[in-house]
Amino acid sequence: MAMRTQRKGRSKAHRSAMKRPSGVKTKPSAPSNNGAAWDGQRQAWKQRYAAAKERPDLYPFTISGVPIKPLYTSEDLAAMDPARDLGFPGEFPYTRGVHTTMYRGRMFTMRQFSGFATPRESNARYHRLLAAGQTGLSIAFDNPTIMGYDSDHPKAHGEVGRCGVAVDSLRDMEILLDGIDPGAISTSMTINGPASIMFAFYLANAEKRGVPFANLRGTLQNDILKEYIAQKCWCFPPRPSLRIIVDLIEFATKRVPQWNTISVSGYHIREAGSTAAQELAFTIADGFTYVEECVKRGMNVDDFAPRLSFFWNSHLDFFEEIAKLRAARRIWARHMRERYGAKKPASWLMRFHTQTAGCSLWDKQPENNIVRTAFEALAGVLGGTQSLHTNSMDETIALPSDKAVKIALRTQQIIAHELGVTETIDPLAGSYYVESLTNTLEAQAEDYFRRIEAMGGVVAGIEQGFFQREIGRAAYQYQQEMERKQRVIVGVNEYVEPDEKLEIPILMISDEVEEEQKRAIAEVKRTRDDRACTAALRALTAAARTAPGQANLMEKILDAARAYATEGEIRNAMREVFGDYVESSEF
Amino acid sequence: MQRKIRVLVGKPGLDGHDRGAKVVAAALRDDGMEVIYTGLHQTPEQIVEAATQEDVDVVALSILSGAHMTLFPDVLALMRARGLGDRLLTGGGIIPAEDMESLAHSGVGRLFGPGASTQDIAKYIRKWFAETHGGNGAGAKASRKPARVARAAPRKRPKPAAKSSRKRR
Repeated sequence: MAMRTQRKGRSKAHRSAMKRPSGVKTKPSAPSNNGAAWDGQRQAWKQRYAAAKERPDLYPFTISGVPIKPLYTSEDLAAMDPARDLGFPGEFPYTRGVHTTMYRGRMFTMRQFSGFATPRESNARYHRLLAAGQTGLSIAFDNPTIMGYDSDHPKAHGEVGRCGVAVDSLRDMEILLDGIDPGAISTSMTINGPASIMFAFYLANAEKRGVPFANLRGTLQNDILKEYIAQKCWCFPPRPSLRIIVDLIEFATKRVPQWNTISVSGYHIREAGSTAAQELAFTIADGFTYVEECVKRGMNVDDFAPRLSFFWNSHLDFFEEIAKLRAARRIWARHMRERYGAKKPASWLMRFHTQTAGCSLWDKQPENNIVRTAFEALAGVLGGTQSLHTNSMDETIALPSDKAVKIALRTQQIIAHELGVTETIDPLAGSYYVESLTNTLEAQAEDYFRRIEAMGGVVAGIEQGFFQREIGRAAYQYQQEMERKQRVIVGVNEYVEPDEKLEIPILMISDEVEEEQKRAIAEVKRTRDDRACTAALRALTAAARTAPGQANLMEKILDAARAYATEGEIRNAMREVFGDYVESSEF
Repeated sequence: MQRKIRVLVGKPGLDGHDRGAKVVAAALRDDGMEVIYTGLHQTPEQIVEAATQEDVDVVALSILSGAHMTLFPDVLALMRARGLGDRLLTGGGIIPAEDMESLAHSGVGRLFGPGASTQDIAKYIRKWFAETHGGNGAGAKASRKPARVARAAPRKRPKPAAKSSRKRR
């Protein structure tokens, strides 16, 4: 908090400086053009441009393939109505930001996603990140945990602790959060298929420490639809998965009211190769689906919508990314108010987390990734994000080392405090180009919404492979543009150093982790009350057999977590009823 | 008549990141190879079973989950046990150079990182094919069976994945 006080002091100094007459202030002059003369000037410029030569290597398309004009002018914004399309910060349609004060009131949360190896090792990194000034926790789970398998399952072999932390039971969650007060920190958990199970572990841990659920703050990713669309980590087929999610939302709305129940995620859709417009459209369509499912259950939209948040990718196309984030807020606000009849402003506004694009980083000259990440993070901030993760330069090679993670965090701190971009709200508003791109992206998203609706909604689209095909095509197109060098990637397809030797430290995960987790599971199973555990699991299976809305599965999962049932056991208790999901393998 | 090189693109393990696998599959297909994609979440047994059934020349695995030091050796051992020891096992993903080297020693072919071009991958496969099948890389004989005599000298047995606790800073 010392830092905040200092900032306040400084901004006061700025205010008094502002009162002094400035020597460089330009006199406001009357507009020097009348309409006709201005149009004539524009036409003349267009003719001059048409007669001039463009660079032969020019490739004027955004990363998403939107053609970029040489110049944007007021002509491009002729149809824009600032009152209708922009509003003011903290005001419908939130194009300019969700808060009245934005970063002048509260800096974005610096939230580095991390987790690896055993709960004990991850816990140590969390303590280091918090000591370095990070302001929120973000837990990365390993693949077996993400897929709902215990560390001792045959399918987990070789994967335990590799790209996240292994959490098999409440015991692991207790170790993971050791020394961290669950009432004092907000925690984001990147977990989807088994989100309800990890949430149960988190709640049971807080309960054991005497922290009331009502005091807990954090976010579950819990966005299963984008798993079928892009990230491909699931436990059950789409329809039972949606039922579990609605149960969780119902539970949390009543019992954990400060928890963000879903982080509707475009990040993974983009990483899978989509364009910005697809990321925008598919993600928001997923959001609509969750809203519709909850309303179908009989919930009031204003009871749960304020706790839905979003998660966006910030890629390299600087202006397009800013425009995407601005368009996202406007689209969500318009649909929530007009289509779903939400009355509370909190239901209209889209809060979101942003992560820089992992897929824009390369294993050649990896130090260059620091620069890419910095620009992407800047786009996130200019787009008005509430929290930010910056990728580490070495993530294309292995899990990030401590040093790389620290540079990534420092990048955010430099943007927050040194660049002067957080002092005014939505500084790019009114830019002919940015506003025009914002409109284009909104129109492209609306077009996709119509197509998705026509095919019967998001779940139908998944079942028909629509999203997967669209994304696959875009990914291939991007790869071809790179290989044709239409897109120059520094150090990768141009400015290559063939004899490059990697000189950055690499974090290696020991094979011991798997053995250690297996021993931990055996220990938990040996010391728990087996009868209570079995009873809780049976009750869960029985509840899963009831129709949606009859029995809340989240309650039963929490009971099983308290009884130290493992993640795999809890998953299996539901799998008996819900079955598995297999995707068709097109390319 | 030149026959097409047959490639099985596989996604072993729990990793769901299939962008690379699909892009490489599409690029190899467009390069004139015959490509089979296994789909997600395959066990090494399922992959080698598919490779046997489809009688492929090349097995290409995509692994971004850090499990490469388990999955590549497992697939390689199974390929050898099933008489596919003369086929190429290659792939790519998030794989540190040191691990690539250690896998190469055990008999895995070249592995490609995130910056690799699909043209280089195709070239590498064609070159391997030409060297092992005596063609010029543009294709091979219509009949595939005789090509099998061109089996390379017996390779070393796969070493067990490095056991040491290799945590470096």
